Amino acid sequence: MSFAFNDDQKLLAESADRFIQDDYAFETRRKIMAMDGGFSREVWSQFAELGWLALPIPEAHGGLGGSTVDTAVLMECLGRGLVLEPYLATVVLGAGAVAEAGNEAQKNAILAGVAEGATMLAFAHVEPKARFNLNHVETSAAKDGSGYVLNGAKAVVHNAETADTLVVSARTAGKATDADGVTLFLVDRAAAGVELRSYPTIDGLRASEVALKGVKVGADTVLGEVGAAMPVIETVADRASVLLCAEAAGAMDSAVKLTVEYMKTRVQFGRPIGEFQVLQHRAVEMLGAKEFSRALTYRAAGVIDGANPRVRSRAVSAAKVEMGRAGKKIGQEGVQLHGGMGMTDDMAVGHYFKRLTMIDMMFGNTDHHMRRFARLA
Amino acid sequence: MELILTPEEQKFRDEVRAFLTANVPAEVKEKTMTGYRLSKEEHVSWQKTLYEKGWMAPSWPVEHGGTTWTPMQKHIFQEECAAAGAPPVVAFGVVMVAPVIMKFGTQKQKDYFLPRILRSDDWWCQGYSEPGSGSDLASLRTKAVLNGDHYIVNGQKTWTTMAQYANMMFCLTRTDDSGKRQEGITFLLIDMDQPGVTVQPITTIDGSQEINNVFLEDVKVPVENRVGEEGKGWTYAKYLLGHERTSIAAVGRSKAQLARLRDIAKVEQQDGRPLIEDEAFQKKLAEIEIDLLALESLVLRVLSDESAGKGPGPEASFLKIRGTEVQQGITELLVEAIGNYAHPYVPEAMQTGWNEDPIGPEYAASIAPHYFNWRKASIYGGSNEIQKNIIAKAVLGL
Repeated sequence: MSFAFNDDQKLLAESADRFIQDDYAFETRRKIMAMDGGFSREVWSQFAELGWLALPIPEAHGGLGGSTVDTAVLMECLGRGLVLEPYLATVVLGAGAVAEAGNEAQKNAILAGVAEGATMLAFAHVEPKARFNLNHVETSAAKDGSGYVLNGAKAVVHNAETADTLVVSARTAGKATDADGVTLFLVDRAAAGVELRSYPTIDGLRASEVALKGVKVGADTVLGEVGAAMPVIETVADRASVLLCAEAAGAMDSAVKLTVEYMKTRVQFGRPIGEFQVLQHRAVEMLGAKEFSRALTYRAAGVIDGANPRVRSRAVSAAKVEMGRAGKKIGQEGVQLHGGMGMTDDMAVGHYFKRLTMIDMMFGNTDHHMRRFARLA
Repeated sequence: MELILTPEEQKFRDEVRAFLTANVPAEVKEKTMTGYRLSKEEHVSWQKTLYEKGWMAPSWPVEHGGTTWTPMQKHIFQEECAAAGAPPVVAFGVVMVAPVIMKFGTQKQKDYFLPRILRSDDWWCQGYSEPGSGSDLASLRTKAVLNGDHYIVNGQKTWTTMAQYANMMFCLTRTDDSGKRQEGITFLLIDMDQPGVTVQPITTIDGSQEINNVFLEDVKVPVENRVGEEGKGWTYAKYLLGHERTSIAAVGRSKAQLARLRDIAKVEQQDGRPLIEDEAFQKKLAEIEIDLLALESLVLRVLSDESAGKGPGPEASFLKIRGTEVQQGITELLVEAIGNYAHPYVPEAMQTGWNEDPIGPEYAASIAPHYFNWRKASIYGGSNEIQKNIIAKAVLGL
């Protein structure tokens, strides 16, 4: 197991950091947030040109076949700039599910399009009453001739409104929280009966409540085996979780730097507040929290590819717990050490705080992963 | 842990409760409980209701329109108001500037301003912080120059809460910068309805606009609107700070929010069981409830010292620290409780007249914005770091 970046990873980090620095300043991000769909198509095309969209996609399908660590390196950089483009929804979750479970025809139809920046996806799995239980699927898929009819509701589906295709989980058998009986479907976002109610999220992204009202889909839209999607969903969610931790590592890095910078320049009582020992210690605690979280995140990212589910899930839960705690500390303290300025929408630190808080609430919060880590011991 | 009330206190509580039940409008109650923004009219209308009942200023001396309530009665009143979803009385007038006017103001100032505060005829805001003077308040630079029978004031105040509604500001200004910084500060009462006063909203991280920059440009303030002596404003400001403590602890409000958290945790399901049955969540609830009980106990002690004629000592700084920690802790658990529905940001849902279906549970919309908004509590009113400095110096002698 290597704890150092290889040359490719170093190059990737350099180019991504340069992009954030040159092309994704805080004010640029604010403008992008107001765009249709909440992100920039132009930036998305740049991501495609830079090869970032192809990064984790298998080489056989137009991708670069990168590992989870490779993708984590990129996500960390995106986190530094609070990037709004739907990398997680399209590349990590959507394409991740297709690569994991799709047949050749499905992979051919979707993955190269994602790598080129032409196809956008969203992962419509979580339901209104599911909380953090991945097994909780009430949406039904009833047999209808050779195909299926989908009925149900999906909650807080990030970037659904701009997706071409939704990866939808639905129950073909069993009760609401059974592990068996869940099937994944590729659903055209514009299909009859797919109704979206879209809204901004508090951290500046876009999401939708997705209603499925008698949506007819063909047998060829089934992704993977009928009734056996849970292992796929768990794999995809675990990978997304560790990549969210990588994004958080980048966000924490920026939040710490901004706070320390502020402490060096803000003068009260005749000197920079960074000269007060009590505040110095708090900044040190923030930095430490970030370093531990980042280290554990990369360790988990390095472990999960091809690992057995227990090892994988335990590694991910550990990283997610550490991230949740670090993100809260850094977000809250970052604002506190900025004083009143930290409360304003004009300062970036509050936006990092919001993103870090919401990352904790995705795919299970700290308590959820603490329980899962203990249960899998 | 219930407070043990005497029969008289129980009777008093019942009277307060009956009054609140009959008089807090349902919509106002709903908004207060969920943390939605109330309009100026809603605030004023409620305060006028309290005024008519004689309960606008329970802590004031009777001769100015206060009550003879015991500390316990005042506490019961606060708690019942919060539990009933009555809007908290806007503190700037009745709690903050009024005690300063009573103690240091002229007879004319008392006769004019105090009744207006009681009737909510004026809306006050606090002109303390400046861009360069936050925790280090004594470094403030807004200049007041005496010119005949007026001061001419120039400068900028910031973080001015609800200045957009205010027609009066109590303001710390610098009249002398030759000596010790604390000695050149003068306490002025400024009429906001005049040329030269510009209020500019500041958007906070939750997307709301309740704080402001206030620019003062050649603003005229008659000398008769100076409180006390020129150059003694710092003393008056410190006196005011002491009076803010028990209300800033907001025990009643935290109790009401804790009850709301429990209600939500009973509805939210986790793995087929109510969230409130989760042991980790229970432990966090218990911790915060015990913190709140201890806070309430200290508030009651401070109130009782006050009624015995002792002013609040520096230990009252603990009330601000613990009070805001409890408030923030509850907002944090509320976010945890709603899970995925912390994400949607639908500010329209918090406005009067929005009647679309909620996104997720109807209680969810204000919870995450409130969590982020409430981070202000450990920063304003003297940041919690400053409170600790005060305790270290004044109590521990360090």
